[in-house]
Amino acid sequence: MRRYAITALNALAVFAALVVLWQLILWVFRVPPFMLPSPWAVVRAVGARFPSLLNALAITAEESAGGLVASIAVGVVVALLFAQSRWVRKMLYPYTLLLQTVPIIAIAPLILMWMGAWILAVAFIAFVISLAPIIANTTQGLISVDENLVHLFLMHNASRRQLLFKLRLPHAVPDLFVGIRIASGIAVIGAITGELFAGSSRVGEGGLGYSILYASSQLQTDYLFALVLAATVLGFSFLFLVMFLEWYFLHRWHESARAPEAE
Amino acid sequence: MNAGSGVPEIEIAGVTKQYGNAHAVLESIDLHVAKQEFLSIIGPSGCGKSTILKLIAGLAVPTSGTIRVDGMTPQNARETISFVFQDATLLPWRTVKDNIGLGLELEGVSNDRREKEIAALLELVGLKNVASAYPRELSGGMKMRVSIARALATNPRLMLLDEPFAALDEMSRDRLNEEILRLRAEQNWTAVFVTHSVSEAVFLSDRIVVLAPNPGRIYAEFPVDLPAPRTSTIRNSQEFDAIVGRVSHTLRETLRQ
Repeated sequence: MRRYAITALNALAVFAALVVLWQLILWVFRVPPFMLPSPWAVVRAVGARFPSLLNALAITAEESAGGLVASIAVGVVVALLFAQSRWVRKMLYPYTLLLQTVPIIAIAPLILMWMGAWILAVAFIAFVISLAPIIANTTQGLISVDENLVHLFLMHNASRRQLLFKLRLPHAVPDLFVGIRIASGIAVIGAITGELFAGSSRVGEGGLGYSILYASSQLQTDYLFALVLAATVLGFSFLFLVMFLEWYFLHRWHESARAPEAE
Repeated sequence: MNAGSGVPEIEIAGVTKQYGNAHAVLESIDLHVAKQEFLSIIGPSGCGKSTILKLIAGLAVPTSGTIRVDGMTPQNARETISFVFQDATLLPWRTVKDNIGLGLELEGVSNDRREKEIAALLELVGLKNVASAYPRELSGGMKMRVSIARALATNPRLMLLDEPFAALDEMSRDRLNEEILRLRAEQNWTAVFVTHSVSEAVFLSDRIVVLAPNPGRIYAEFPVDLPAPRTSTIRNSQEFDAIVGRVSHTLRETLRQ
């Protein structure tokens, strides 16, 4: 407990130092507020436009959470399929690499064109971008089971199903969580990227990405900062939630989860 | 000590095992193991000791020759065979109790009966107070106990043990050796035990087979006529030392070739 408190205090101290540095830069170089607002101005912007900020945050949270949950569900099913045979893996694995390497910025407009610029399309973009790490990590976990454990199961005439659900899947859970951790970060990025292109038919309903675009076009730099802060908080909350779940499910038996450390 | 009823437990006839076009791992192995015999296989690294166990278990298929376990093919005899691996190979996400019950669970034994069997086994191998612990929390010796209990849970007639105590310190190893003999006296299974340790082999076995490498083949056989029941004091006897000496000598010969 004390170790966590010290870690938290250290992080807070760094944060305070950064804020002081920020303020010093403003004073020394006399930066105009539309280029760089003061920390206090950002706090004021958060307060003044709290409802719309919260609204944008909620929309983005919904989209990225939806995309992430979908990518976990689909990713695990695909990984289970991949684990069935080397053939399937060889045939389909290159396409997961494709999924990982295709620049999301390039296909986001395409997806929006096909699906229409609304919340589900943005969630789909978050889904596409976060799918690859789930598939890759879970597949790795499913197929890297110790040979002797497989032999043990075979000695008891275990069925394919038993091998999959009583051996491979539980063995893959730590790897699945590694995948989810990576995916949780990029799902938020995917959602915000989608929103940048999706725009909004009604002002204030476009999520963080749209709001960032709008604020920057209006030179509302203090609000822009507030939005970036909100996006960071969102990403961090996701990561924290995933790490908590990871700890919850794994700490009893898995080495890596014994002492969760912030990354 | 051998019950010696009609069919031998294991019949290996002219078995050769080769992986791909490489040198044979095992060449023309002929070996019979009687019912309720305790046979140890000993030999230098790379002589195919573990491969013999895998063949008996049906986890590998001989390139030529035949293997019968209780008159059946190894695959068909699996229900009566338990395998104890070199490392404990426990499922880390299961508690001690659930690890011991794994075999029963896979074979579809009902919850009630499973609980009862597990409770009896925990008692038998002295793990009652760690029943709900996870493998991570156990010492190497305790993990091995769990592994043995898991193997015994399905009531095997044949136990195949692949250097189960190789990673343990000498004290735990001696204790577990005594335990193995006690369990076997109670349950009367046949055992094929692969080991690197001569004294372990002598202490446990009715018969010791020495393998020579390149290619793996049977080099010599030693009956061990130490009296039963064997207790730890037997390790200090002259007969014990004499047999250990003879087997060790033969083992060194296989290396000089």
